[in-house]
Amino acid sequence: MTMIRRSLLIGAAAITAGLMTSVAYAADTVRIGSVLSITGPASFLGDPEKKTLEMYVRDLNAAGGVNGKKLELFIYDDGGDSNKARTFATRLVEEDKVDAVIAGSITGTSIAMRSVFEDAQTPYISLAGAAEIVTPVRKWVFKMPHTEPMSCGKIFEDLKKRKLTTIAMISGTDGWGKAMRAECVAMAPKEGIKVVKDEIYGAADSDMTPQLINIKNTPGVQAVINCGFGQGPAIVTRNYRQVGITVPLYQSHGVSSKSFINLAGPAANGIRLPAAALLVATQLADSDPLKKVALDYKTKFEKETGQPVSTFGGHARDALFMLIEAMKRAGSADKAKVRDEIEKTKGFIGTGGVINMSPTDHLGLDLTSFRMIEIKDGDWQLVQ
Amino acid sequence: MAELLQFTFSGLTVGAIYALVALGFTLIYNASDVANFAQGEFVMLGGMVTVFAMAAGLPIGFAALVAIVFVALVGLLLHRLAIEPARGASSVTLIIITIGASIFLRGMTAILLDKNFHNLPPFFGSEPFVIGGATLLPQSLVVLVGVALVLLAVWLFMSRTLLGKSLLATAANRTAAQLTGINTSAVIGMAFVISAMIGAVGGILVTPITLTYYDAGTMLALKGFAGAVLGGMGNPIGAVVGGLVLGLLEQFSAGYLSSQYKDAVAFIVILLVLFTMPQGLFGAKTVERV
Repeated sequence: MTMIRRSLLIGAAAITAGLMTSVAYAADTVRIGSVLSITGPASFLGDPEKKTLEMYVRDLNAAGGVNGKKLELFIYDDGGDSNKARTFATRLVEEDKVDAVIAGSITGTSIAMRSVFEDAQTPYISLAGAAEIVTPVRKWVFKMPHTEPMSCGKIFEDLKKRKLTTIAMISGTDGWGKAMRAECVAMAPKEGIKVVKDEIYGAADSDMTPQLINIKNTPGVQAVINCGFGQGPAIVTRNYRQVGITVPLYQSHGVSSKSFINLAGPAANGIRLPAAALLVATQLADSDPLKKVALDYKTKFEKETGQPVSTFGGHARDALFMLIEAMKRAGSADKAKVRDEIEKTKGFIGTGGVINMSPTDHLGLDLTSFRMIEIKDGDWQLVQ
Repeated sequence: MAELLQFTFSGLTVGAIYALVALGFTLIYNASDVANFAQGEFVMLGGMVTVFAMAAGLPIGFAALVAIVFVALVGLLLHRLAIEPARGASSVTLIIITIGASIFLRGMTAILLDKNFHNLPPFFGSEPFVIGGATLLPQSLVVLVGVALVLLAVWLFMSRTLLGKSLLATAANRTAAQLTGINTSAVIGMAFVISAMIGAVGGILVTPITLTYYDAGTMLALKGFAGAVLGGMGNPIGAVVGGLVLGLLEQFSAGYLSSQYKDAVAFIVILLVLFTMPQGLFGAKTVERV
């Protein structure tokens, strides 16, 4: 009995001591919050994002932190669930009292958390795809990855270069697939592209041959665009070859990770997609300002995690360094000052492109940051 | 005509996957009145364990064997550790236990293996056969033949072996079976093991087509359950037919009507069938005597 009581006392003392040190510690750290989809269907986004943030925060602290203060990282896993994401967002604001937030692996969670950080007037950088997150511009919200209008725009640009103007689309019912499909369909007439067939598949479907047969039987189709992410595009790609469609197939940057090539197998050969320069870091011209940043990140990530680099982790890296630079310029972690400085970011070279923020643009990327990439013999090949 | 054939091939492929899951549901339901919602996880584990055993250097045949044995063990443990201790509980409680088990298995797979999508090489290449203008992957044939063989094996086991008959007896009347000296608890455990093995075989056969990841079981369990209910819960042939019909319905509505509503169309048809024949296509009429 006394043994138990003693160990309880020691335990309580230890906890109190722990609390005290963390409170004392907190006063002189910069607190960065993060809510990512580390597990669940979007884990292929959240997992590299988390590893990237942890890796660089560790390094930055080893080098002395920012403005003489160490960084403290608070990461929560929302499992891809918007409700959970919002709960964690509130916790970041109310309990962890973070100075800035890098969060939201997917569009749904990003939007669910947005108003929490707006109300708390905390700078918030989202890592999700949809343009909707920062359109119209919101004072406290920024975002890193390329958007679906950019993906459509880049694909249309390539189509016109190849003189292909009549296309079919096949899209997943996941959030990304829907958003990009809507964007491409709306943008096509302005770009002189005609969408003659528009098919849909469920995000967990395992066979898309009926949809593809209908596309195959539609006369005049010169190219096909597949909007979606997850395993859907890999199955579409295999079925595409199976039913023997020969016109070019385009994917979105939703599939820009090595696992897509592995899953789709030889069928992936010849597919084109717009993606960040990071994927083809070694093939970039030496004069390309992105080359060094992209190559450094690729080498570091692959060495430390043993996993092939993906653009998703790259966005987390870009967000962190853009934030750190803004904090350095602001000279403190003051939320309002940091926000103003993020908005003034000009010529920031990240793995995703050169970022130029402005009061009317909280994305800061243009089409030049995208590269058209072709899959060749199981690897990414820059289309010149 | 080529389209009709293509949609049929595609529907049969998808349907065969549902049929295997439905068959697993049926066996356990027969023996214990439990709809085992961890059935999808058996399928997922079959694929995932084979993938990782192959990555560890085993040849595919041996890796598949390892996976089947491993999943059978999981099935046994599920019965011994989760179902058996709650044997007095109502079916609803038991069903909820299986849902809990499925979440547990999913989580363990995500932690112990990983969260990525995986692929197995097709057994006989990926060059499709062209039949009447439609294409069929060799692996689809493997799946269809596999389903037929599994069904045959289950039928032989049930009708030709004493163990199988004790399973039938337990299904028909547990108390009476117990009175004749059948260890019903062991028989129900056996039903879990067999269902787990069917699931694992299914997972190995379909992974080259559908890919797999730790969360693949959820959707399969739902569709497989729908197939089993459509065919008449408890009838093995009904389960297979139900699964195939569901697959065909989905792919036909995707092809001929609208890919937007294919899942809705499939489920509306199921609802209509169940309105008119609540016992399913092949289900026995249950008469409650008062």
